Amino acid sequence: MLLKYVLRLGDNALVLGQRLSELLTQAPELEEELANANFALDYIGQARLFYSYAGELEGKERTEDDFGFLRDGNEFRNVLLVEQPNGHFGDAIVRQFLFESFYALQLEALTRCSAARVAEIAARAVKEIHYHLRHVSQWLVRLGDGTDESHSRMQQSLDDQWRFTGELFAGDEVDGAFEREWDGPRLAELEKIWNENVDAVLADATLTRPAAQWMDGGGRRGRHTEHFGYLIAEMQFLQRAYPGARW
Amino acid sequence: MSSLSQNAATMTSQEILTLLQSVADPEIPVLSVIDLGIVRGVVVSPEGVEVAVAPTYTGCPATEVIEQMIAAKLERNGLRNVTIKRVLSPPWTTDWLSDSGRRKLKAYGIAPPQGEAGKRSLLAPELRINCPRCSADRTTRVSEFGSTPCKASYKCDVCLEPFEYFKCL
Repeated sequence: MLLKYVLRLGDNALVLGQRLSELLTQAPELEEELANANFALDYIGQARLFYSYAGELEGKERTEDDFGFLRDGNEFRNVLLVEQPNGHFGDAIVRQFLFESFYALQLEALTRCSAARVAEIAARAVKEIHYHLRHVSQWLVRLGDGTDESHSRMQQSLDDQWRFTGELFAGDEVDGAFEREWDGPRLAELEKIWNENVDAVLADATLTRPAAQWMDGGGRRGRHTEHFGYLIAEMQFLQRAYPGARW
Repeated sequence: MSSLSQNAATMTSQEILTLLQSVADPEIPVLSVIDLGIVRGVVVSPEGVEVAVAPTYTGCPATEVIEQMIAAKLERNGLRNVTIKRVLSPPWTTDWLSDSGRRKLKAYGIAPPQGEAGKRSLLAPELRINCPRCSADRTTRVSEFGSTPCKASYKCDVCLEPFEYFKCL
């Protein structure tokens, strides 16, 4: 169960890191170009730490590269939210805001869990994610409370992606076991704080919280949205075409 | 065999730490790995030398280069069986920068981190960052990001020079 939990953390980080890498050279201004590069780098760094640990737990000599580049789509256990396409600038901001509002809380709780290595990685990673979250929250407010055009596009992004937020808190047997055996995050508590934090920023951004609705899910059982196949096709191309290629 | 026993005899961990003061950060060459506060310990044993190093940012591309530079430096100085151990805990923050490191940064034109790391920075008010050239406190943040993950970009409103700030994280 610990291995499964750690792989999920690695998969979330790698997939969002890959999405953010796709934004390189696409940013509307230099600051955002630097921001995206920095964010992607942080995520890929975190994924490496989680995967290295997963390899040790598994004990089959799999490396971080094996986990990232040599698993098929249905072996990835990331949440659906992080694999959603970049869309326009506001879509990417909304996706990152919704996920990081959760991930920051998850990491903070993990710093207090009894799986020592996970707690160590979380302690380093949480500082990075807080820095990201401050930045994307500012953009959410600037665009939501901006022009009529930017406001309506942000509201649309939020409405489109809201259905992926339920999966963040839909605990299953892996979350349950990690909570019991390793003093892991209590998802119901995280959800309460997430709601308060997200509502506060949405209010600042003059955006309306979407109504309660049917929630999508399945990423953590290996069932992904159609966008995911394209993402890993590009991410894994080199190692699939030239197995074992090195720098 | 003789080189193994030489290790322990010829260099103490303190001497190795002194030697590492000449290993520079590849991105900010004015800082040594000792100034940065990433060397967490040196263990000299009959089997070899183990240096514990903490990464700065999880994704910092300089981490591996720095580890190689440390190993190369020690090997050039006659030490054998050098291993680098990566330690994550306690995590590196800007609080680990030494005072001399902070002075060197300022002299180099990079504003050193101000305040204490580890405070939740999400909604914290902006800090006043002093210009590393003219020391004025009227400065403007140009970007929260910079040429490396550890820096942000500023400009001074008094002497008008742009400068980088080593952000507090």
